Amino acid sequence: MFDLKGYGPELLSGAVVTIELAFLSLALALALGLIGAAAKLSNSRVAVGIATTYTTLIRGVPDLVMMLLFYYGGQVGVNMISDYIWATYEVDFFFQFDPFIAGTVTIGLIFGAYMTETFRGAFLAVETGQVEAARAYGFSQWHTFRRVMIPQMMRHALPGIGNNWQVLLKTTALVSIIGLTDMVRVAEEAAKAERMPFHFFIPVAFVYLALTAGSELFIKWLDKRANAGVIQEN
Amino acid sequence: MPDFLAAWLDKNDIFTAMTILEYWNGMVTTVQLVFLSLIIGLMFAVPLAILRTVKNPFISGPVWFYTYLFRGTPLLIQLYIIYYGVAQIPGIQETFWWAIFREPFYPALLAFALNTCAYTTEIIRGAIVSTPHGEIEAAKAYGMSWFMRMRRLVLPSAARRAVQAYSNEVIFMLHSSAIASVVTIVDLTGAARNIYSRFYAPFDAFIFVAFCYMALTFTMVFVFRKLENHLLRHQRPVGS
Repeated sequence: MFDLKGYGPELLSGAVVTIELAFLSLALALALGLIGAAAKLSNSRVAVGIATTYTTLIRGVPDLVMMLLFYYGGQVGVNMISDYIWATYEVDFFFQFDPFIAGTVTIGLIFGAYMTETFRGAFLAVETGQVEAARAYGFSQWHTFRRVMIPQMMRHALPGIGNNWQVLLKTTALVSIIGLTDMVRVAEEAAKAERMPFHFFIPVAFVYLALTAGSELFIKWLDKRANAGVIQEN
Repeated sequence: MPDFLAAWLDKNDIFTAMTILEYWNGMVTTVQLVFLSLIIGLMFAVPLAILRTVKNPFISGPVWFYTYLFRGTPLLIQLYIIYYGVAQIPGIQETFWWAIFREPFYPALLAFALNTCAYTTEIIRGAIVSTPHGEIEAAKAYGMSWFMRMRRLVLPSAARRAVQAYSNEVIFMLHSSAIASVVTIVDLTGAARNIYSRFYAPFDAFIFVAFCYMALTFTMVFVFRKLENHLLRHQRPVGS
């Protein structure tokens, strides 16, 4: 069978890191996306301005540059803050800014911007009659949002969330560049040490392929469930 | 120039002529890499997209498999496989290819072109498939051959429908090209990494480069919006 030269367990734990990172940043992205979409659709000009600046900035800057900025800048920033706290309050405050945090935060922030657009479109697709009906029943604004808007916009948002998730999964490979020992990092080190690039990178590529293919099926299933009772045209 | 900016520029020892030149060279490399891979990718994507719509599964199958492979795996892995893998091909070091592929630029170009070609193929396929039936029937009724239908009708109208998605792909490619710095190419990101490690100034080095990328991105967005307006001008309401 396939001989991984003893790198098998390391590759496996690298795969776990990749999956953990992907799910954590997805959660962050979904939360940011909901907040961003709510801000973009709100009446407050300040909130709209902030959300628009956020999505525009993220769209203009490559993921890797953001990640390097957060990783290298994060530690410097933490050091600055801890120096300041020490100087003013004499409290010793310090934490190590590791690549996992930098990776999760960056990927979450980037995809939060994409999710904002997805959710915004989905919220706009909910019929206004639904919202009016909820208001007529005396639902508060928060209640309308939670009970009427979110369940109905999910159906429209799912394809977009699915696409973003597929891209997010592949973006996690970048964390190997800032030194997190994910699957790609292990494969790179193994490939260099053993001088067998194909031998290590191709299995990793297939793990990614399996992950994307698996999530494609899962999203299809979710989509079918979310659209239950909706008459399909064509 | 505002006074505070002038004062700050006077004091700073990072953004000297030398580092600005380094960024500039990096930008030239990035633009070359992205532009060349987009052109090569588009050139191959059009015929591949046509093959992908052919009914015979022995023709469309392999194209589907290619796009599926390249769209389902991270570009970074594709880059690593090509960059590290080329040197391992037996006998390549004796051929003239070695002189080309020894430099990191060409393996990266190959990886980027293959990747963008896969995405572009799917974009164009989607546009071809959504050609209105009536148009094709009308062309058939006029006795146009398959080749003429493609050339006069399907491809031009598909191009119009593909522009929007393709502009996203172009921006995506520009952003992905940042990983070229991993295989020792000094592109924009590579220049920023060099300058960061020389001065240990993460904010200055990376925020500056972020603005460079933003300028490139928004220029492309602008160009594509103009192009889209031009191509879809027949759909504009009269008088606007």
